[in-house]
Amino acid sequence: MSADIQIPDENDPGRLWRLASRLSAIAVLAALLMLLSGTGLPPLMARFILLIGLIILAAVLLRGKYAKFFSGPAAYVATASLLVLVVLAIFAAELSPQNPYDLRQLDIMDGRQPPGSTNFDKTMTFHLGTDEQGRDILSGILYGLRVSLSVSLVATLMAMVIGVVVGIYAAWAGGRIEAILMRIVDFQLSFPSILVALMLMAAFGRGLDKIVIALIIVQWAYYARTVRGTALSETRKEYIDAARGLGLPAWRIVFGHLLPNCIPPLIVISTVQVANTIVLESSLSFLGVGVPITQPSLGLLIANGYGYMLSGQYWMSMYPGIALLAIVAAINMVGDRLRDTLNPRLSR
Amino acid sequence: MLVFLLRRLAQSVFVLIAMMVVVFFGVYMIGNPVDILISPDATPAEIEETMARFGFDQPVYIQFLKFVGNALQGDLGRSFVHGEPAVQLILSYMPATLELALLGLVFSVAIGVPLGVYAGYKADRWQGRAIMTGSIFGFSLPNFWVGMLLILIFAVELRWLPSTGRGETVAFLGMRLSIFSSDGLQYMLLPALTLALYKASLVTRLARAGTQEALMQDYVKFARAKGLSETRILFVHVLKNIMIPIITVLGLELGSMIAFAVVTETVFAWPGMGKLLIDSITTLDRPVIVAYLMLTVLIFIIINFAVDVIYTLLDPRVRVRGEGV
Amino acid sequence: MSVLDIRDLQTHFFTDAGVVKAVDGVSFSLAAGEVLGLVGESGSGKSVTGFSILRLVDPPGQVVGGQILFQGQDLAQLSNREMRSLRGNRIAMIFQDPMMTLNPVLRIETQMVEAVRAHERISHAAARDRAITTLAKVGIPSPAERLAAYPHQFSGGMRQRVAIAIALLNGPDLIVADEPTTALDVTIQSQILAEVQELARETGTALIWITHDLAVVAGLADKISVMYAGKIVESGPTGQVLRAPRHPYTAGLLGSIPGHGRRGERLTQIPGMAPNMARLPMGCAFAPRCALAGDLCRKTAPGVSDIGGGQGYRCHYPIATGEGVP
Ligand SMILES: Nc1ncnc2c1ncn2[C@@H]1O[C@H](COP(=O)(O)OP(=O)(O)OP(=O)(O)O)[C@@H](O)[C@H]1O
Ligand SMILES: [Mg+2]
Repeated sequence: MSADIQIPDENDPGRLWRLASRLSAIAVLAALLMLLSGTGLPPLMARFILLIGLIILAAVLLRGKYAKFFSGPAAYVATASLLVLVVLAIFAAELSPQNPYDLRQLDIMDGRQPPGSTNFDKTMTFHLGTDEQGRDILSGILYGLRVSLSVSLVATLMAMVIGVVVGIYAAWAGGRIEAILMRIVDFQLSFPSILVALMLMAAFGRGLDKIVIALIIVQWAYYARTVRGTALSETRKEYIDAARGLGLPAWRIVFGHLLPNCIPPLIVISTVQVANTIVLESSLSFLGVGVPITQPSLGLLIANGYGYMLSGQYWMSMYPGIALLAIVAAINMVGDRLRDTLNPRLSR
Repeated sequence: MLVFLLRRLAQSVFVLIAMMVVVFFGVYMIGNPVDILISPDATPAEIEETMARFGFDQPVYIQFLKFVGNALQGDLGRSFVHGEPAVQLILSYMPATLELALLGLVFSVAIGVPLGVYAGYKADRWQGRAIMTGSIFGFSLPNFWVGMLLILIFAVELRWLPSTGRGETVAFLGMRLSIFSSDGLQYMLLPALTLALYKASLVTRLARAGTQEALMQDYVKFARAKGLSETRILFVHVLKNIMIPIITVLGLELGSMIAFAVVTETVFAWPGMGKLLIDSITTLDRPVIVAYLMLTVLIFIIINFAVDVIYTLLDPRVRVRGEGV
Repeated sequence: MSVLDIRDLQTHFFTDAGVVKAVDGVSFSLAAGEVLGLVGESGSGKSVTGFSILRLVDPPGQVVGGQILFQGQDLAQLSNREMRSLRGNRIAMIFQDPMMTLNPVLRIETQMVEAVRAHERISHAAARDRAITTLAKVGIPSPAERLAAYPHQFSGGMRQRVAIAIALLNGPDLIVADEPTTALDVTIQSQILAEVQELARETGTALIWITHDLAVVAGLADKISVMYAGKIVESGPTGQVLRAPRHPYTAGLLGSIPGHGRRGERLTQIPGMAPNMARLPMGCAFAPRCALAGDLCRKTAPGVSDIGGGQGYRCHYPIATGEGVP
């Protein structure tokens, strides 16, 4: 167990990988921040950085376990679909035929056209039809995909950070603090997430920032519980005692030993959690308490088209629905493979 | 056993009180209900009068104490919109939700258990893998989208079943239920199926894991040595063993079933308390929201108790230990 | 005609660590009413031999060679359905661990009645009556009431009696009893032993009694087969093998029974540990632990030497008759 105490070694082949993963993680976060705030590098460049960073992170994660991960056709299909969908979401603005939220590009005369029809002056084809305001459904889906993915990704990441901090703190502090924190966690987890989120959104009102906050509040307890469990079993192990005995400061033990051990189960959980969050967000948006009308997610697109479905104009709801199913199923399947690859003991 | 139950009771009371605090102050932040109660051109005197009638003029903590006092007497205020006592209003909507959730639960067991047991039996074969991949889709399909799809297929295209609404109801123990009339059942089928799908995937996974584990036990081998058929081994020996954890989990999930009914009821225009909640949120009908939450918490607590009891009844080992104490 | 005739049975486990030859060329035969004691250390392949007879070897295990003739019929040729109609009916097995063999959530009644009705079209009541009679036979007091109980309401010894009763329910022609008494205390052990012996005599049931304890079979078995690392290293009529063991391993087993050796002699133990079944030595598997082993033993595995009177052994340097325990 003492071998777990890492000594920086120039010849360690894992060193390069660790460096790569850290750099790409920072790049991904920076790119995300720039895109969300609209400052810094030009958007196209930031998007490329984001995509490449994500791919490197995935490669680092699966290093040496590709064979196990790709153990069947489903794994290939899921990974390929996920990759395609993520690319579509990142480059939504560049790829979509129309900016569906630029009112100058819309013509109410093109409203509710079936798939394959062309616009009034025959300059573009609506491959998936249009909605009641003459918006191209395909463009709407690409933009909606981006909203859905980024909302849940950001919410999951932030919830994870909060959960990790609380979980490790509880495990490290022990005693009363731990008991109180875990009581709060239990209390929150005893209510279905949709109910909590619904109440929060009812209180906050619609809005991108508000739904992100609501989704964070709904999720953090889940991570806190998991992290505390792992951290607790780690703190009992000998090498932590050894590290303490060596007089290492607390933060080094936490960041050097506790955190790395909590990461693999967290990655598996958070992958699946991103999918769950997308579903939750879309449900809230469907109920009318989610994202604002000006930035519709897939769920809101489905809700908008719902009224026309019974009259046979299915495409307004159906195609966004298929996109939603595709992204959620792809993430869930990749998560399922990840669970088997990284941590076979962990099961739903 | 008694001590255990008392401890659980104390915990429940604590949860209830905590919920009261959270709910009251949470809901307090939603808009100003007076705005929707009074027409915009009302005189200040009228506004004042309404405020006083609903108690909005007093400080928050007085309102809260009043709220707690009334809540203990089963009074959670009157609906601003319907003018009825909120608790009564919700209770009148509750049977529709409960019967929907129960039928959904039955569906999820009826679908999930056979699939899961079979997937566990054929764990390494393509059948088992196919079922597991299918269950991922079950997890991934958003509730409202499944509902829409079912409406599109069975109501719009095939015209086999009605699309939305509740249909005929029959009075039973003072509640109006659809489940006992064939017309009402037709209306229930699609929403219950929608509600069941997610849980069915969960049950499939649970049943598969349980089956895989049970099949490795000696008693299964011994049952084979007795010359029993595989069917009997799977659906008597294995099933009886895995039903205990499944019932426990499902019982606990009944609460989340009721919560998720919010979405399903909206899709199918099912007049249950979920739809009432959404309508109340849009109209800022505060007492109804509060009453909904408090009643849901109460239901959760009751469910948890019931699960404990059922668990004890199902597992003979627990039962005997319980008698011993 | 013999009830059971096993010829050169091979059952291997194909594990990640390599092929484990749990049963590697086992042969014996058994006539009606006969009792065979199958003796050997833990891990020598006794249980796997028993499961092979019932075709109940768990994967990754597989019967890869040899023949099992039951009343002249090759069991490997039977369809799954035919094999199932034999199990629990003509061939019954009592498992090693009484705590695990009964289903914890089913009543004893259910577990006994289903065993009868799997093979006979009779009413529940009739099957229940037979269950009561059989329970009484194995010494369960007030059996009619006990039928309603769950396994955990019985003690270990009682559970093993129930398992034995289940094996007896359909009056099988062959019972494989896998260390049925090891988990029990000594008084109950001898009680059950006597009961089973009597039952076998009465009904003409052939019995394979698996044990690691030679003392148990000494008074019970008509013949003995001693197993070591998947092979039968010595077999013969009980009296003959116990009196004059030829294989050093048998002799070692005998030497480690307290009170058996001649008075004043030191109690001997077999040195060393049971072999790793995944990596057996190339010659005789017992050679590393054998005081008499020579170079030949480490190079080639000995074949079977038949010395008449039903006795045989696998050894290059057998103990001379009359020499007794080394
Ligand atoms: N499922 C399995 N997978 C791999 N190897 C196995 C398996 N079951 C049995 N074996 C191997 O078969 C050998 C014989 O096992 P068996 O259970 O027959 O021993 P035994 O003689 O009954 O021992 P005991 O007295 O402990 O019951 C063991 O050494 C073991 O290595
Ligand atoms: Mg054994």
